Amino acid sequence: MSEPPGATVTLPEAHATTEPPQALTAQRVQPLRRPGRWIATAVVLVLVAQFAHGLVTNPFYQWDRWSYWFLRPTILDGLLITLEVAAYSAVLGLVGGVLLALARLSKSPVLRAVSWTYVWAFRSIPLIVVLIFLYNFSALYKTLSVGIPFGPAFFSFDESKLATDMVVAVVGLSLNEAAYAAEVVRGGILSVDQGQHEAAAALGLPKGYQFRRIVFPQALRSIIPNYVNQLIGLIKGTSLVFYVSLLDLFGSAQTMGSTYPGDIVPLLLVVTVWYLILTSVVSVIQFYVERYYARGATRSLPPTPLQKLRTGLTDLRARIRREAAV
Amino acid sequence: MTAKTADAPADVEAATVEVHDVHKWYGSHRVLDGVDLTVRPGEVTVILGPSGSGKSTLLRVINHLEKPEIGHVSINGEPIGVKRHGDRLKELSERAILTQRGRIGFVFQNFNLFPHLTVLDNVAAAPVATGRLGRPEAQELARELLGRVGLADKTGAYPRQLSGGQQQRVAIARALALRPGVILFDEPTSALDPELVGEVLAVIRDLASSGTTLVIVTHEIGFAREIADRVVFIDGGKIIEQGPPSEVLDTPRHERTRDFLSKVL
Repeated sequence: MSEPPGATVTLPEAHATTEPPQALTAQRVQPLRRPGRWIATAVVLVLVAQFAHGLVTNPFYQWDRWSYWFLRPTILDGLLITLEVAAYSAVLGLVGGVLLALARLSKSPVLRAVSWTYVWAFRSIPLIVVLIFLYNFSALYKTLSVGIPFGPAFFSFDESKLATDMVVAVVGLSLNEAAYAAEVVRGGILSVDQGQHEAAAALGLPKGYQFRRIVFPQALRSIIPNYVNQLIGLIKGTSLVFYVSLLDLFGSAQTMGSTYPGDIVPLLLVVTVWYLILTSVVSVIQFYVERYYARGATRSLPPTPLQKLRTGLTDLRARIRREAAV
Repeated sequence: MTAKTADAPADVEAATVEVHDVHKWYGSHRVLDGVDLTVRPGEVTVILGPSGSGKSTLLRVINHLEKPEIGHVSINGEPIGVKRHGDRLKELSERAILTQRGRIGFVFQNFNLFPHLTVLDNVAAAPVATGRLGRPEAQELARELLGRVGLADKTGAYPRQLSGGQQQRVAIARALALRPGVILFDEPTSALDPELVGEVLAVIRDLASSGTTLVIVTHEIGFAREIADRVVFIDGGKIIEQGPPSEVLDTPRHERTRDFLSKVL
């Protein structure tokens, strides 16, 4: 350390004495060997095989009971309820979310504050609390009336007739979903370049057209992945409607489970597989919707799985031919 | 450039633009400080000035993308974004302003084409959205305009598949689709690679000779000299001097103009 700088410099003297490089027999570069990767792959494969083996052979899972239950009408009725509740709530939640996002982005401080408060409240309250609260709502407000605020009423509805279990479930999930969707939509709208708003304004496009045809379709590109995430959460969230006495997929399985206690595990597996199927369907739809809204955003569209498979096979064939030639 | 200039249809009536004592400030920063300007029908006006001088803001005040704090702009005598109410000016509704903007074309530095629409739909969108034309008529007009800017073969492409010069030509066609009486250009070639500048300038030259009123903010001094009927030099939010290019560019009277020209030429 105490040596003066430059003292340890070695001169590049070896240069002149090295032998001239040997001529190459082939120009082809050999890929680096990666033994670590092979070992890791082997370990993971063994673990996966063990798990699969256990899944199939462990009698605890009772796969025969699983196949008995999988397409039972009770389960399918439950599935239908789950689909219905999820579909209504997804649409209502998205509509509510768009409105809340627009209110939050508006120039009116009152609209902004109301939107912010709504999102704050419904993101804070657990969904199960909202649902049970609504379930008891008809006890709090006996009638719903349409009329002049604080003045006479024109129409009145008996709340207990209006609020069926289905309505309670859909309203509860939608209220919750809208709060999350609002933030997803708001983020999407903010991600659209300011120049797009300016260009639309400079062309004198009507305000509604600007939003529907220029800003929102571009916002959808970033809204879709986030909203699908929400949607999957919502589908699983529907399992809570069991607590407002609606027999959805999970609810039906629960009920059957208490009648046939020996079948609890296969029934849970039935539910699991159905939720897996629902999520998979949503993911496939997501891929194609995203691909549709990617028009213009990228120079060429991402390939569909089928196209990927085809190019993959072509590449493989070309590679085999190349290897064979060498 | 294949566009013809001599027999280009003069189907649009060129507009007069008057800027009356416009002041614009952000907080305490004065961007425009009492600008008066008259652009006669068919005149080509080039606005020059150092960056931050307020030239882009002036252009954006003309189509009311920016609201002036004091003063107003009128096109063919009609105030833009405001209406006379006795001896006062009152702000117009957003809808009315949007309608007025249909008479003013605007071309941005960064093109701002709609990336999710094809080139044809970019050009056809405004006439359809404003209810001036049906979809087929608007598309026919769009095809004609794209032909005029030399892009007849790109109608089905998306903007990101085009070069910068091509995108800017689409943007010009889009501005023309509403048959504006005046077109404003905000540094139309500043975002382009040098070899693409020429094709955009050729389209602007074509427009100039067809008799449309043009107001152009640019740094292309050579182009200004060639095309402008009048050059306006702005600095510190004020018009320092204006006149034919031979005067302002070759024998500037003001120190600040000389100073600016010596830096950019």
